[in-house]
Amino acid sequence: MLNRREFMATSALAGAAVAAGCKAGSRTWYRFLSEHDVGSLTAICDQIIPADEFPSASQACVLTYIDLQLTRHYRRHQQAYLGGLEQANLLSRKEFGVELAAASPQQQFAIAQAVEKQNPRFFDLVRSHTMQGYYGSPRHGGNRDAVSWRMLGLDEPPVRGRAQYDFTAGRKP
Amino acid sequence: MKRVNAVVIGAGAGGGIVAKELSTAGLSVVMMERGKWYTPHDCRKDDLRNQRTTVLGNAFGPEDEGNPRVWVDPKGTVHTALPSEGSYQNNAACVGGGTLSYGAQAWRYMPQDFRMRSTYGAPAGSSLEDWPISYDDLEPFYDKAEYEIGISGDYSGTPFKGPRRRELPMPPLAPNREFGILESAAKRLGLHPFHIPMARNTVPYNGRGPCMRCRWCCGFACEVDAKNGSQNTVIPVALATGNCELRTECMVTEILTDDRGRARGISYIDGDGHRQEQLSDIVVVSSAAIESARLLLNSKSRLFPNGLGNRYDQVGRHLQGHHYTGATGYFDFDTYDDVGPGASIAICDYNHGTPGLCGGGMLANEFIRLPIHMVDKVPNGTPRWGLGHKQAMRAYHKRSVVIMGPTQQIPTATGRVTVDPAVKDKWGLPVARFEGNVHPHTYDIGEIQAKRAEAWLKEAGAVTTNLMSYRSEMVSAGQHQAGTCRMGDDPHGSVVTKNCQIHDVDNVFVIDGSVHVNNGGFNPALTIMAVAYYASDALIRNWKGTGFKS
Repeated sequence: MLNRREFMATSALAGAAVAAGCKAGSRTWYRFLSEHDVGSLTAICDQIIPADEFPSASQACVLTYIDLQLTRHYRRHQQAYLGGLEQANLLSRKEFGVELAAASPQQQFAIAQAVEKQNPRFFDLVRSHTMQGYYGSPRHGGNRDAVSWRMLGLDEPPVRGRAQYDFTAGRKP
Repeated sequence: MKRVNAVVIGAGAGGGIVAKELSTAGLSVVMMERGKWYTPHDCRKDDLRNQRTTVLGNAFGPEDEGNPRVWVDPKGTVHTALPSEGSYQNNAACVGGGTLSYGAQAWRYMPQDFRMRSTYGAPAGSSLEDWPISYDDLEPFYDKAEYEIGISGDYSGTPFKGPRRRELPMPPLAPNREFGILESAAKRLGLHPFHIPMARNTVPYNGRGPCMRCRWCCGFACEVDAKNGSQNTVIPVALATGNCELRTECMVTEILTDDRGRARGISYIDGDGHRQEQLSDIVVVSSAAIESARLLLNSKSRLFPNGLGNRYDQVGRHLQGHHYTGATGYFDFDTYDDVGPGASIAICDYNHGTPGLCGGGMLANEFIRLPIHMVDKVPNGTPRWGLGHKQAMRAYHKRSVVIMGPTQQIPTATGRVTVDPAVKDKWGLPVARFEGNVHPHTYDIGEIQAKRAEAWLKEAGAVTTNLMSYRSEMVSAGQHQAGTCRMGDDPHGSVVTKNCQIHDVDNVFVIDGSVHVNNGGFNPALTIMAVAYYASDALIRNWKGTGFKS
């Protein structure tokens, strides 16, 4: 048996492991994106779906989804991603003197807004793919642990045959 | 290969029924299907890859590689479309066709829908016509389709319907929460709400169990096989006769004709890429409006230099689908109960009879919105991204209702399918090309339908609403595609007779949505099925043993 302190320590570690689950330490698990691309894309995706009491896009493994699809159904968008990320970094260096990944959240927000204006085709792609990775089926690598579905209050796994009776009906006021 | 009585090209809503009717009447039949045969195990519940949300491709075909189409915008610019893009106007490519993965609304058209020109007159620039057959001609076959395919629902709440000989074979599903909210509101507005007829088991029927009311319905194969399409009803019956053979993953390239101008069979490419011929007494084209027209246009010969049945340049014209408009309402209480399929309640008060409008359409609530569908359905004024969008998703996913409906499209002769002179598919066949647009009056009707949907939602308690109404820059067809080989008595203005027989080639038939003269203000599947039963009945009555005599 674990005592309380050991239990807390173990679960803290487990929590950290889950948070790092889509990054997997030093080893690159990404198939198409480089480490540098991942840093820049994380900045943009996490502006599109930021963290609040629920995970951000990257915490829900949206980048795993995008990276995987860039080697499959979205192969045709590879160049758009490489060009778009390069342009976003260029902007970040010019405006703030740092790589996009190293910019502050406020600066990253400003860059995301600028990219949306200057390269709407690329931004719309990233926006759509981020939404797909966050709100779509976990089977494609995003929406880790169905986190967005839980956020929306959907049972996962779905519950069948739950009673939908209104238990307050007929009660005297 | 052994010569057979009939080749049926396409195992969808129409073709499946034709194969069943002919094979049970004793004819030998080969049914050709370019796609695969899927089962309930292929449901997969994949929110991003199905027939409704296709961002990662079509679950039930065609695949994106090697199957392009072409469309021309109003400025004349030519675009190539992938099967997973909306402009492709896709239906499915598989055994069952669209009926494997449809939402399964199973509507009868109304008597006026068969007499649109007589009822309203043709708006300028349109090709609005009457069908050569009436609702009463089709009624026995609607009934047959409802009982053989298996339809549930309850029409008793609406006076806006044609006469029917008996009730539907299955009762409707128990109402979901949206039904309750919308029913009382509609009644307060003086409307006549009722249960949508659905090709869905609500009680055990045809040897299969009832709907389990999950979230993944429209666009998916049913996991418990409770949704009724041709793949789990008529096609198994056809195969069980021993008279019908189904060849999947076979692409028909051409209808072959002899030097007297009659069809002698088909040429196709099988799953191994080998070119084959199948000779037959008759050929039935049931490939849905776009591919049926394409096959006829690609079947050129000395006697038919412009394609089979195209002597008067009618094949491919009058392409139509439905113009969907409506509204989303946002509520301050939960409207979502996670009880599928979601679509449950409809009104037909607005299909006909509005002065100044040439028809209309039914209005119904939408199938369950999966989270991915909600992304672009948040209230107007919500930021497209960022925390505001995330919060709106949370606030409204369970507090929104969509009402929309298929406005009956006013057809035009210029909204059409041709074959592209340059682009070819993976089999080397010229691909379908779309030109023209929807008649503008359709958009006028759609705008009014959207406002009616909005009024219904407001009466139901919606705090705010989004109108969904638009004017497209291209033809509309998609899963409801129809009209490219319309039936009629005049060979100069139609492709097939009222018995679905091509005017100048008496042993070739087109039996699918292509023959619809107008497409009703309803999902067309049940009408495609009824027409298939009707045309098969005429075909069998005129069958004289080894050949067809008209």
